[in-house]
Amino acid sequence: MFKKTLLAMALGGTIAATAQAGEVEVLHWWTSGGEAKSIAVLKEMVNDAGHSWKDFAVAGGGGENAYTVLRSRAVSGNAPASAQIKGLEIQEWGDLGFLADLSDVAEDNNWDSILPAVVSDVMKHDGKFVAAPVNVHRVNWMWANKAVLEEHGVKAPTSLDELWAASDKLKAAGITPIAHGGQPWQDATTFESIVLAVGGADFFSQVFVDHDQAALESDTMKTAFEEFGKVKQYIDKGAPGRDWNVATGMVIKGEAAFQFMGDWAKGEFSAAGKQPGADYYCLPFPGTEGEFTFNIDSLAMFKQRSSENEEAQMKMAELILSPEFQDVFNMNKGSIPVRLDQDMSGFDSCAQASMDTFKATSASGEGLVPSMAHGMSTTSAIQGAIYDVATDFFNSDMSADEAVLKLSRAVRAAQ
Amino acid sequence: MTKSNRSKGIDYWLPKLVLSPTIAITTVFIYGFIFLTAALSVTDEPLMTIFSLTNPNIDFTFDFVGLDHYVKLFENDRWNGALLNLGIFGVLFIGICMIVGLIFAILLDQNIRAEGALRTIYLYPMALSFIVTGTVWKWILNPTVGIEKFMQDIGFTSFTFDWIVDPQMAIYTVVIAGIWQSSGFVMAIFLAGLRGIDTSIIKAAQLDGASLFSVYTRIIIPSMRPVFFSAFVMLAHIAIKSFDLIMALTGGGPGNATDVPAIFMYQFSFTRSQYDMGATSAMIMLMGVAAILIPYLYSELRGEKQ
Repeated sequence: MFKKTLLAMALGGTIAATAQAGEVEVLHWWTSGGEAKSIAVLKEMVNDAGHSWKDFAVAGGGGENAYTVLRSRAVSGNAPASAQIKGLEIQEWGDLGFLADLSDVAEDNNWDSILPAVVSDVMKHDGKFVAAPVNVHRVNWMWANKAVLEEHGVKAPTSLDELWAASDKLKAAGITPIAHGGQPWQDATTFESIVLAVGGADFFSQVFVDHDQAALESDTMKTAFEEFGKVKQYIDKGAPGRDWNVATGMVIKGEAAFQFMGDWAKGEFSAAGKQPGADYYCLPFPGTEGEFTFNIDSLAMFKQRSSENEEAQMKMAELILSPEFQDVFNMNKGSIPVRLDQDMSGFDSCAQASMDTFKATSASGEGLVPSMAHGMSTTSAIQGAIYDVATDFFNSDMSADEAVLKLSRAVRAAQ
Repeated sequence: MTKSNRSKGIDYWLPKLVLSPTIAITTVFIYGFIFLTAALSVTDEPLMTIFSLTNPNIDFTFDFVGLDHYVKLFENDRWNGALLNLGIFGVLFIGICMIVGLIFAILLDQNIRAEGALRTIYLYPMALSFIVTGTVWKWILNPTVGIEKFMQDIGFTSFTFDWIVDPQMAIYTVVIAGIWQSSGFVMAIFLAGLRGIDTSIIKAAQLDGASLFSVYTRIIIPSMRPVFFSAFVMLAHIAIKSFDLIMALTGGGPGNATDVPAIFMYQFSFTRSQYDMGATSAMIMLMGVAAILIPYLYSELRGEKQ
């Protein structure tokens, strides 16, 4: 009797579940304060559209944990409807045949005309949209505490030489010039900005997109490593292993003057009640003005078995690119919308400056480069190889000559 | 006659029946996956091999490339660094744990008061997970919040202890935390070994005028050889598998200064999608464990026969 009741309950449960409208299960790692708030907006919009949202958040900054979970789910034939995948990873999943075709949604909503080509290229596999972009981050930012700079008579540096001069002055005054978090991805973030500053956008692409051996072994690369090495003398002892948001906190509190970090750092300033221009500066990384290292977050859509879920999934893809969602999500997260036609009036000055550079560089086709440190420019294997060399160099007495040799060798081996 | 046969039958079959699920699970999930990992380490595209295994729509692909991945692995600077770190960590961790454990065990063996309480105190770190140990030691060793800051705050302004942020020294902080965690456990093993020694031998030696020191060095410690061996095997596999302690303590950093094979294997497999390197490094680690365990099992089994 008891067993029968259980069985009935189980059956009843299944029927109830299938009778509902579609469900989208979203695997993501937007778990920190501002990020969680941002993604909750999408959940609300999906619910309002009559579908249900199943949150599948896997914490862990760079998404490493989430990717591990995703791989095991996909291999066992149980992929979620949607997952936060970006850059070349989208192509890797597409090659394996896991991703759903979003062509219909894209056509109905003119994705091709509202998105810049660089963005839609990343979202397409075999010429078809398989993922929806949620935002554009600019990586080559430098954050500076205004009060600290003014107190020590330092003006905002616009070149690497000015940066080192300013840092020397601040160091002499007992301030940590650069707030750094010694984790491989943060080392790589700083490194790629310095490569961009030293070599320019074309050189950046040769190195991090084409992996041109001549460029990798060039004197420009050597100079980039030398400049990167200079950062070491301006960071504090507590840097190794420090999380990026703790480093941002040092700038907010005035313990440190600068931080090199993407525009997600702005969320920390906002949360502390600081205003851009009044309390802090958002500056292009010295020497990279007019250039834009992009890092696009996106939700890739996986093939679904049930048509209800597929319908919900398509609806969500449409909602992601709606101006309302782009507005709220990006204001919370510190990034800029992917739509070129977005009204930017509600955004702060940092985001507006970022959008201006983004539009200008995507229109001219010059200076817009994919971020290596954030998986936009190359495969995870080569990215990992570059990480290893950059972080090894930063944490040892390796010479720039040796670093250049190691880098070209590591990239070759990973190809 | 028939009855006794049947009951003998049940006696005979029941243990096998009860154990068979465990044996089946062990066969598939341990030995099966060891075999799969070995296979992945010699195939060209491990990911494609996995997908072709789990997905009936794709043809099975397996391109045998021999030891190519192994050659590539040993050309990888990071792997060689990880092996070196494991060597430093393993030797120091096992050696110091044994020495500290033995000294504590001998001291506790002197019929002192409150032995039970002391034993519990020394054994207690073992009750913590390596994650907790790693996190606590991370704070203690961090120069901006831990010992260094404390010493400077109470007046020793020139005091520095920044091993954890020094790439040259960081691996030794892992040794410190590991010893703190495990030496109490080794002490317990040795204490049990000490108590197992026939007291009449010791008394006989004392009657012959042997000093306490020579009783220990000549009689007790040599007769504890099997205990040393057990402790060594247990510590060695903790060392080779070490992952959680290092992840919590240094995250493999600064840079890759405290990288070990287990972290290498995890990162290459799961964050870089390089399953070839992941499977290959896993096989090397397995061989390392096997090199320690097989002689141990061999001597144990041989001992049983005698």
